[in-house]
Amino acid sequence: MYPEKFDYFCPDTLEGVIELLTQYGDDAKIMAGGQSLIPLMKLRLASPKYVIDLDKLQNLSGISEQGGEIVIGAMTRYVELAESELVKSKLRLLHDAVNVVADVQVRNLGTVAGSLAHADPGGDLAPALLALNAQVDSVSSSGNRTQSVSDLLVDAYLSSLKGDEVITGIRVPIPPEGSGGTYLKFERRAGDFAVASVGVQLTLDKNGGCAEIAISMGAVGVTALRAAKAEGLLRGQAVSDDLLKEAASAASAETDPFSDIRGSEEYKRHLVGVLLRRAFDIASRRAGGEEVSTAHV
Amino acid sequence: MSKREVTVTVNGKEYRREVEPRMLLVDFLRDSAGLTGTHVGCDTSNCGACTVLMEGRSIKSCTFLAVAADGRDIMTIEGLAQDGDLHPIQKAFWENHGLQCGYCTPGMILSTVYLLSKNPNPTESQIRRGIAGNVCRCTGYQGIVNSIQSAAKTK
Repeated sequence: MYPEKFDYFCPDTLEGVIELLTQYGDDAKIMAGGQSLIPLMKLRLASPKYVIDLDKLQNLSGISEQGGEIVIGAMTRYVELAESELVKSKLRLLHDAVNVVADVQVRNLGTVAGSLAHADPGGDLAPALLALNAQVDSVSSSGNRTQSVSDLLVDAYLSSLKGDEVITGIRVPIPPEGSGGTYLKFERRAGDFAVASVGVQLTLDKNGGCAEIAISMGAVGVTALRAAKAEGLLRGQAVSDDLLKEAASAASAETDPFSDIRGSEEYKRHLVGVLLRRAFDIASRRAGGEEVSTAHV
Repeated sequence: MSKREVTVTVNGKEYRREVEPRMLLVDFLRDSAGLTGTHVGCDTSNCGACTVLMEGRSIKSCTFLAVAADGRDIMTIEGLAQDGDLHPIQKAFWENHGLQCGYCTPGMILSTVYLLSKNPNPTESQIRRGIAGNVCRCTGYQGIVNSIQSAAKTK
Protein backbone atom coordinates (compact mmCIF):
# COMPACT_ATOMS: atom_id res chain seq x y z
CA MET A 1 0.00 0.00 0.00
CA TYR A 2 1.27 3.39 -0.94
CA PRO A 3 0.24 6.74 0.51
CA GLU A 4 -0.91 9.45 -1.88
CA LYS A 5 1.92 11.53 -3.27
CA PHE A 6 3.31 14.14 -0.94
CA ASP A 7 6.34 16.34 -0.54
CA TYR A 8 8.67 15.69 2.36
CA PHE A 9 10.62 18.11 4.53
CA CYS A 10 12.95 17.39 7.40
CA PRO A 11 13.99 20.79 8.82
CA ASP A 12 16.72 20.99 11.41
CA THR A 13 15.30 23.94 13.35
CA LEU A 14 11.98 24.58 15.07
CA GLU A 15 11.78 27.92 13.27
CA GLY A 16 12.03 26.05 9.98
CA VAL A 17 9.16 23.78 11.01
CA ILE A 18 6.90 26.70 11.94
CA GLU A 19 7.78 28.50 8.72
CA LEU A 20 6.68 25.48 6.66
CA LEU A 21 3.50 25.09 8.73
CA THR A 22 2.68 28.77 8.22
CA GLN A 23 3.28 28.42 4.49
CA TYR A 24 1.32 25.20 3.90
CA GLY A 25 -1.38 25.39 6.59
CA ASP A 26 -3.87 22.53 6.57
CA ASP A 27 -2.12 20.82 3.64
CA ALA A 28 0.81 20.01 5.94
CA LYS A 29 1.10 17.37 8.62
CA ILE A 30 3.80 16.96 11.24
CA MET A 31 5.44 13.57 11.55
CA ALA A 32 6.87 12.76 14.97
CA GLY A 33 7.75 9.07 14.70
CA GLY A 34 5.08 8.29 12.13
CA GLN A 35 3.72 5.17 13.80
CA SER A 36 0.13 6.44 13.58
CA LEU A 37 0.52 8.83 10.64
CA ILE A 38 2.10 6.43 8.14
CA PRO A 39 -0.55 3.69 8.63
CA LEU A 40 -3.27 6.36 8.22
CA MET A 41 -1.61 7.63 5.05
CA LYS A 42 -1.27 4.11 3.65
CA LEU A 43 -4.98 3.53 4.24
CA ARG A 44 -5.57 6.96 2.62
CA LEU A 45 -7.44 8.07 5.71
CA ALA A 46 -4.96 10.94 5.76
CA SER A 47 -3.46 12.43 2.61
CA PRO A 48 -1.38 15.47 3.53
CA LYS A 49 0.31 17.22 0.61
CA TYR A 50 3.32 18.05 2.76
CA VAL A 51 4.88 15.94 5.50
CA ILE A 52 7.14 17.78 7.92
CA ASP A 53 9.35 15.31 9.77
CA LEU A 54 10.64 16.45 13.19
CA ASP A 55 13.31 13.77 13.17
CA LYS A 56 16.25 16.18 12.94
CA LEU A 57 15.18 18.27 15.95
CA GLN A 58 17.57 16.46 18.27
CA ASN A 59 17.29 19.16 20.94
CA LEU A 60 13.62 18.21 21.38
CA SER A 61 14.67 14.79 22.63
CA GLY A 62 15.57 13.74 26.15
CA ILE A 63 14.40 13.26 29.72
CA SER A 64 15.63 15.35 32.66
CA GLU A 65 14.71 16.40 36.19
CA GLN A 66 14.28 20.16 36.59
CA GLY A 67 12.93 21.90 39.69
CA GLY A 68 10.52 19.22 40.91
CA GLU A 69 9.45 18.19 37.43
CA ILE A 70 10.40 15.53 34.93
CA VAL A 71 10.81 17.27 31.59
CA ILE A 72 10.32 15.14 28.49
CA GLY A 73 11.30 16.46 25.07
CA ALA A 74 8.62 16.18 22.40
CA MET A 75 10.65 13.83 20.19
CA THR A 76 11.56 11.43 23.01
CA ARG A 77 10.77 7.92 21.81
CA TYR A 78 8.78 5.47 23.93
CA VAL A 79 11.82 3.21 24.20
CA GLU A 80 13.82 5.99 25.85
CA LEU A 81 11.10 6.49 28.46
CA ALA A 82 10.75 2.74 28.97
CA GLU A 83 14.49 2.43 29.63
CA SER A 84 14.75 5.56 31.81
CA GLU A 85 15.60 4.83 35.46
CA LEU A 86 14.47 8.37 36.29
CA VAL A 87 10.99 7.67 34.92
CA LYS A 88 10.83 4.24 36.57
CA SER A 89 11.78 5.60 39.99
CA LYS A 90 9.79 8.86 39.96
CA LEU A 91 6.89 8.27 37.56
CA ARG A 92 6.05 4.60 37.80
CA LEU A 93 2.63 5.13 36.22
CA LEU A 94 4.26 6.53 33.08
CA HIS A 95 6.81 3.70 33.08
CA ASP A 96 3.95 1.17 33.13
CA ALA A 97 2.15 3.00 30.32
CA VAL A 98 5.05 3.28 27.87
CA ASN A 99 5.78 -0.40 28.31
CA VAL A 100 2.33 -1.42 27.06
CA VAL A 101 2.21 0.84 23.99
CA ALA A 102 1.85 -1.35 20.89
CA ASP A 103 5.01 -3.46 20.49
CA VAL A 104 8.80 -3.21 20.58
CA GLN A 105 9.19 -1.93 17.00
CA VAL A 106 6.56 0.79 17.41
CA ARG A 107 8.09 1.85 20.75
CA ASN A 108 11.45 2.22 19.01
CA LEU A 109 10.05 4.98 16.76
CA GLY A 110 6.89 6.42 18.30
CA THR A 111 7.06 9.58 20.39
CA VAL A 112 5.17 10.88 23.40
CA ALA A 113 4.22 14.19 21.82
CA GLY A 114 3.21 12.47 18.60
CA SER A 115 0.82 10.31 20.57
CA LEU A 116 -0.64 13.31 22.43
CA ALA A 117 -1.09 15.41 19.28
CA HIS A 118 -2.69 12.49 17.44
CA ALA A 119 -5.30 12.31 20.25
CA ASP A 120 -6.35 8.75 19.54
CA PRO A 121 -9.09 7.87 22.06
CA GLY A 122 -7.36 4.50 22.56
CA GLY A 123 -3.86 5.91 23.06
CA ASP A 124 -2.00 5.11 26.29
CA LEU A 125 0.02 8.29 26.80
CA ALA A 126 -2.92 10.66 27.17
CA PRO A 127 -4.56 8.84 30.11
CA ALA A 128 -1.14 8.28 31.72
CA LEU A 129 -0.18 11.95 31.53
CA LEU A 130 -3.69 13.04 32.52
CA ALA A 131 -3.43 11.16 35.82
CA LEU A 132 0.00 12.73 36.42
CA ASN A 133 -1.26 16.31 35.89
CA ALA A 134 1.27 16.87 33.12
CA GLN A 135 1.62 20.20 31.31
CA VAL A 136 2.21 20.43 27.56
CA ASP A 137 4.50 23.14 26.17
CA SER A 138 4.10 24.25 22.58
CA VAL A 139 5.26 26.96 20.22
CA SER A 140 3.67 28.62 17.21
CA SER A 141 4.11 31.77 15.14
CA SER A 142 2.24 33.64 17.90
CA GLY A 143 4.58 32.48 20.68
CA ASN A 144 4.80 29.89 23.43
CA ARG A 145 2.03 28.46 25.55
CA THR A 146 1.48 25.81 28.18
CA GLN A 147 -1.70 23.83 28.66
CA SER A 148 -2.94 20.84 30.63
CA VAL A 149 -3.46 17.48 28.93
CA SER A 150 -7.23 17.84 29.38
CA ASP A 151 -7.16 21.21 27.59
CA LEU A 152 -5.06 19.69 24.80
CA LEU A 153 -7.53 16.85 24.17
CA VAL A 154 -10.61 18.28 22.50
CA ASP A 155 -12.27 15.31 20.81
CA ALA A 156 -11.41 12.01 19.14
CA TYR A 157 -8.31 12.66 16.97
CA LEU A 158 -8.63 16.38 17.65
CA SER A 159 -6.25 18.42 19.78
CA SER A 160 -6.34 22.11 20.63
CA LEU A 161 -3.10 22.69 18.69
CA LYS A 162 -3.40 25.37 16.04
CA GLY A 163 -2.31 24.85 12.45
CA ASP A 164 1.18 26.20 12.96
CA GLU A 165 1.68 24.95 16.52
CA VAL A 166 4.18 22.29 17.59
CA ILE A 167 4.49 20.53 20.95
CA THR A 168 8.02 21.07 22.27
CA GLY A 169 7.87 19.18 25.53
CA ILE A 170 5.90 17.71 28.39
CA ARG A 171 6.46 18.56 32.05
CA VAL A 172 5.33 16.16 34.75
CA PRO A 173 5.33 17.21 38.42
CA ILE A 174 7.20 14.66 40.56
CA PRO A 175 4.73 13.15 43.06
CA PRO A 176 5.58 13.68 46.76
CA GLU A 177 6.99 11.03 49.13
CA GLY A 178 4.46 8.35 50.01
CA SER A 179 3.00 8.30 46.49
CA GLY A 180 2.42 5.39 44.19
CA GLY A 181 0.90 4.88 40.80
CA THR A 182 0.21 2.42 38.05
CA TYR A 183 -1.37 2.18 34.61
CA LEU A 184 -3.31 -0.95 33.72
CA LYS A 185 -4.34 -1.69 30.17
CA PHE A 186 -6.59 -4.53 29.12
CA GLU A 187 -6.06 -5.68 25.54
CA ARG A 188 -7.53 -8.49 23.45
CA ARG A 189 -4.16 -9.58 22.13
CA ALA A 190 -0.54 -8.50 22.40
CA GLY A 191 0.09 -5.05 20.96
CA ASP A 192 -3.53 -4.06 20.39
CA PHE A 193 -5.13 -0.82 21.49
CA ALA A 194 -6.78 -0.98 24.91
CA VAL A 195 -10.30 -2.33 25.38
CA ALA A 196 -10.10 -0.05 28.41
CA SER A 197 -7.30 1.28 30.59
CA VAL A 198 -7.05 2.93 34.01
CA GLY A 199 -4.31 5.05 35.56
CA VAL A 200 -4.20 5.61 39.32
CA GLN A 201 -1.80 8.01 41.04
CA LEU A 202 -2.25 8.40 44.81
CA THR A 203 -0.56 9.66 47.96
CA LEU A 204 -1.06 7.98 51.33
CA ASP A 205 -1.30 9.89 54.60
CA LYS A 206 0.64 8.74 57.68
CA ASN A 207 -2.22 6.43 58.73
CA GLY A 208 -2.37 4.72 55.36
CA GLY A 209 -5.45 6.64 54.24
CA CYS A 210 -5.80 8.07 50.74
CA ALA A 211 -4.66 11.71 51.04
CA GLU A 212 -4.67 12.52 47.33
CA ILE A 213 -5.70 10.60 44.23
CA ALA A 214 -6.00 11.02 40.49
CA ILE A 215 -7.79 8.45 38.34
CA SER A 216 -7.78 8.46 34.55
CA MET A 217 -9.48 6.21 32.02
CA GLY A 218 -8.55 5.43 28.43
CA ALA A 219 -10.49 4.06 25.43
CA VAL A 220 -13.85 4.67 27.12
CA GLY A 221 -14.68 8.09 25.72
CA VAL A 222 -13.78 10.36 22.82
CA THR A 223 -10.77 11.51 24.84
CA ALA A 224 -8.95 10.18 27.89
CA LEU A 225 -11.09 10.98 30.95
CA ARG A 226 -10.60 11.75 34.63
CA ALA A 227 -12.92 9.95 37.06
CA ALA A 228 -13.64 13.02 39.19
CA LYS A 229 -16.52 11.49 41.17
CA ALA A 230 -14.57 8.37 42.02
CA GLU A 231 -11.60 10.53 43.05
CA GLY A 232 -13.93 12.57 45.30
CA LEU A 233 -15.20 9.43 47.04
CA LEU A 234 -11.69 8.20 47.83
CA ARG A 235 -9.82 11.45 48.57
CA GLY A 236 -9.19 11.96 52.29
CA GLN A 237 -10.65 8.57 53.22
CA ALA A 238 -9.43 5.39 54.87
CA VAL A 239 -10.42 3.22 51.92
CA SER A 240 -12.39 0.05 52.73
CA ASP A 241 -13.32 -2.64 50.20
CA ASP A 242 -16.87 -1.33 50.15
CA LEU A 243 -15.79 2.24 49.49
CA LEU A 244 -13.46 1.07 46.70
CA LYS A 245 -16.36 -0.85 45.12
CA GLU A 246 -18.50 2.27 45.34
CA ALA A 247 -15.73 4.32 43.68
CA ALA A 248 -15.37 1.66 40.97
CA SER A 249 -19.10 1.93 40.21
CA ALA A 250 -18.81 5.71 40.12
CA ALA A 251 -15.90 5.51 37.68
CA SER A 252 -17.84 3.09 35.44
CA ALA A 253 -20.70 5.58 35.37
CA GLU A 254 -18.32 8.40 34.42
CA THR A 255 -17.22 6.63 31.23
CA ASP A 256 -18.81 7.19 27.84
CA PRO A 257 -17.73 4.22 25.74
CA PHE A 258 -19.20 2.93 22.52
CA SER A 259 -19.59 -0.67 21.43
CA ASP A 260 -17.09 -1.80 18.85
CA ILE A 261 -14.96 -4.77 17.81
CA ARG A 262 -13.10 -4.60 21.15
CA GLY A 263 -16.20 -4.97 23.31
CA SER A 264 -19.66 -3.76 24.15
CA GLU A 265 -20.35 -0.53 25.95
CA GLU A 266 -21.55 -2.49 28.98
CA TYR A 267 -18.43 -4.67 29.04
CA LYS A 268 -16.10 -1.67 28.85
CA ARG A 269 -17.90 0.05 31.72
CA HIS A 270 -17.58 -3.10 33.83
CA LEU A 271 -13.93 -3.47 32.89
CA VAL A 272 -13.10 0.06 34.06
CA GLY A 273 -14.44 -0.78 37.53
CA VAL A 274 -12.37 -3.96 37.71
CA LEU A 275 -9.20 -2.23 36.49
CA LEU A 276 -9.70 0.63 38.97
CA ARG A 277 -9.85 -1.75 41.91
CA ARG A 278 -6.72 -3.58 40.75
CA ALA A 279 -4.88 -0.35 40.01
CA PHE A 280 -5.81 1.17 43.37
CA ASP A 281 -4.43 -1.90 45.14
CA ILE A 282 -1.13 -1.78 43.21
CA ALA A 283 -0.74 2.00 43.58
CA SER A 284 -1.40 1.78 47.36
CA ARG A 285 1.13 -1.00 47.83
CA ARG A 286 3.71 0.89 45.79
CA ALA A 287 3.01 4.03 47.84
CA GLY A 288 3.83 1.92 50.91
CA GLY A 289 7.19 1.03 49.41
CA GLU A 290 6.36 -2.44 48.09
CA GLU A 291 7.74 -3.48 44.69
CA VAL A 292 4.78 -4.66 42.62
CA SER A 293 5.08 -5.89 39.05
CA THR A 294 2.25 -5.31 36.58
CA ALA A 295 3.61 -7.70 33.98
CA HIS A 296 0.75 -10.19 34.37
CA VAL A 297 -2.12 -8.11 35.69
CA MET B 1 6.49 15.93 -5.33
CA SER B 2 9.91 15.56 -6.86
CA LYS B 3 12.08 12.53 -6.32
CA ARG B 4 14.85 12.69 -3.77
CA GLU B 5 18.26 11.16 -3.83
CA VAL B 6 18.96 9.13 -0.72
CA THR B 7 21.93 7.10 0.42
CA VAL B 8 21.08 4.24 2.71
CA THR B 9 23.65 1.84 4.09
CA VAL B 10 22.24 -1.68 4.12
CA ASN B 11 24.31 -4.47 5.64
CA GLY B 12 27.42 -2.33 5.30
CA LYS B 13 26.87 -1.48 1.62
CA GLU B 14 25.79 1.97 0.40
CA TYR B 15 22.76 2.18 -1.87
CA ARG B 16 22.28 5.54 -3.59
CA ARG B 17 18.85 5.75 -5.21
CA GLU B 18 16.22 8.21 -6.36
CA VAL B 19 13.02 7.71 -4.40
CA GLU B 20 9.59 9.23 -4.22
CA PRO B 21 8.92 10.57 -0.71
CA ARG B 22 6.03 8.12 -0.39
CA MET B 23 8.21 5.06 -0.94
CA LEU B 24 8.29 2.85 2.14
CA LEU B 25 11.56 1.49 3.44
CA VAL B 26 10.47 -2.12 2.84
CA ASP B 27 9.84 -1.37 -0.85
CA PHE B 28 13.19 0.39 -1.08
CA LEU B 29 14.90 -2.69 0.33
CA ARG B 30 13.04 -5.20 -1.83
CA ASP B 31 12.53 -3.35 -5.12
CA SER B 32 15.29 -0.77 -5.18
CA ALA B 33 18.10 -2.58 -3.38
CA GLY B 34 16.96 -6.04 -4.51
CA LEU B 35 17.08 -7.48 -0.99
CA THR B 36 13.96 -9.63 -0.88
CA GLY B 37 14.72 -11.34 2.40
CA THR B 38 12.66 -8.68 4.18
CA HIS B 39 9.04 -9.73 3.76
CA VAL B 40 5.82 -7.77 3.40
CA GLY B 41 3.20 -9.43 5.55
CA CYS B 42 0.19 -7.42 6.65
CA ASP B 43 1.48 -4.07 5.35
CA THR B 44 -0.48 -2.44 8.20
CA SER B 45 2.14 -2.35 10.99
CA ASN B 46 0.68 -5.37 12.79
CA CYS B 47 2.64 -8.49 11.87
CA GLY B 48 6.35 -7.61 12.09
CA ALA B 49 7.37 -9.65 9.00
CA CYS B 50 9.11 -6.53 7.63
CA THR B 51 11.21 -5.95 10.78
CA VAL B 52 14.73 -4.65 10.14
CA LEU B 53 17.28 -2.94 12.37
CA MET B 54 17.95 0.79 11.97
CA GLU B 55 20.98 2.01 13.92
CA GLY B 56 20.64 -1.24 15.89
CA ARG B 57 16.98 -0.74 16.81
CA SER B 58 14.19 -2.94 15.46
CA ILE B 59 11.61 -1.11 13.34
CA LYS B 60 8.85 -2.10 10.93
CA SER B 61 10.11 -1.16 7.48
CA CYS B 62 6.52 -0.98 6.16
CA THR B 63 5.93 1.93 8.55
CA PHE B 64 8.99 4.01 7.79
CA LEU B 65 9.70 6.19 4.77
CA ALA B 66 12.71 5.40 2.60
CA VAL B 67 13.42 9.14 2.36
CA ALA B 68 13.69 9.27 6.17
CA ALA B 69 16.29 6.50 6.06
CA ASP B 70 18.70 8.78 4.19
CA GLY B 71 22.14 8.57 5.80
CA ARG B 72 21.12 5.73 8.07
CA ASP B 73 22.41 2.26 8.73
CA ILE B 74 20.01 -0.63 8.12
CA MET B 75 20.51 -4.32 8.79
CA THR B 76 18.35 -6.95 7.09
CA ILE B 77 18.34 -10.74 7.27
CA GLU B 78 20.88 -10.84 4.39
CA GLY B 79 23.42 -9.15 6.66
CA LEU B 80 23.54 -11.85 9.31
CA ALA B 81 25.31 -14.87 7.79
CA GLN B 82 29.05 -14.35 7.33
CA ASP B 83 30.90 -16.08 4.47
CA GLY B 84 28.15 -18.67 4.17
CA ASP B 85 28.12 -19.49 7.89
CA LEU B 86 24.76 -18.97 9.52
CA HIS B 87 24.56 -16.44 12.37
CA PRO B 88 24.17 -18.23 15.75
CA ILE B 89 20.53 -17.06 15.95
CA GLN B 90 19.79 -18.45 12.49
CA LYS B 91 21.44 -21.71 13.50
CA ALA B 92 19.37 -21.84 16.70
CA PHE B 93 16.13 -21.37 14.72
CA TRP B 94 17.20 -24.15 12.36
CA GLU B 95 18.08 -26.57 15.14
CA ASN B 96 15.07 -25.88 17.37
CA HIS B 97 12.23 -25.89 14.82
CA GLY B 98 11.87 -22.13 15.11
CA LEU B 99 10.14 -22.00 11.74
CA GLN B 100 7.73 -23.89 9.58
CA CYS B 101 6.69 -21.92 6.50
CA GLY B 102 9.44 -19.37 7.12
CA TYR B 103 7.52 -16.26 6.17
CA CYS B 104 7.82 -14.56 9.58
CA THR B 105 11.36 -15.82 10.15
CA PRO B 106 13.47 -12.88 8.89
CA GLY B 107 11.49 -10.44 11.03
CA MET B 108 11.46 -12.83 13.97
CA ILE B 109 15.24 -13.26 13.77
CA LEU B 110 15.90 -9.51 13.58
CA SER B 111 13.63 -8.95 16.58
CA THR B 112 15.71 -11.60 18.34
CA VAL B 113 18.96 -9.83 17.40
CA TYR B 114 17.57 -6.65 18.97
CA LEU B 115 16.21 -8.44 22.05
CA LEU B 116 19.51 -10.21 22.78
CA SER B 117 21.50 -7.00 22.17
CA LYS B 118 19.45 -5.37 24.95
CA ASN B 119 19.13 -8.39 27.20
CA PRO B 120 21.58 -11.26 26.56
CA ASN B 121 19.85 -13.59 29.05
CA PRO B 122 16.10 -13.00 28.80
CA THR B 123 13.53 -14.96 30.79
CA GLU B 124 10.79 -16.76 28.88
CA SER B 125 8.34 -13.96 29.61
CA GLN B 126 10.87 -11.33 28.46
CA ILE B 127 11.32 -13.32 25.23
CA ARG B 128 7.58 -13.44 24.64
CA ARG B 129 7.29 -9.70 25.29
CA GLY B 130 10.29 -9.09 23.05
CA ILE B 131 8.67 -10.80 20.06
CA ALA B 132 5.15 -9.51 20.75
CA GLY B 133 5.38 -7.40 17.59
CA ASN B 134 6.02 -10.43 15.39
CA VAL B 135 3.20 -12.72 14.35
CA CYS B 136 3.78 -16.41 13.47
CA ARG B 137 0.81 -18.42 12.20
CA CYS B 138 2.56 -21.81 12.09
CA THR B 139 4.64 -22.65 15.11
CA GLY B 140 2.50 -21.63 18.06
CA TYR B 141 5.65 -19.75 19.14
CA GLN B 142 7.03 -22.53 21.38
CA GLY B 143 9.69 -23.52 18.84
CA ILE B 144 10.62 -19.86 18.44
CA VAL B 145 10.93 -19.32 22.19
CA ASN B 146 13.09 -22.47 22.41
CA SER B 147 15.26 -21.16 19.56
CA ILE B 148 15.79 -17.81 21.26
CA GLN B 149 16.64 -19.49 24.57
CA SER B 150 19.14 -21.69 22.75
CA ALA B 151 20.62 -18.71 20.89
CA ALA B 152 21.02 -16.83 24.17
CA LYS B 153 22.99 -19.75 25.60
CA THR B 154 25.32 -20.19 22.64
CA LYS B 155 26.01 -16.52 21.95
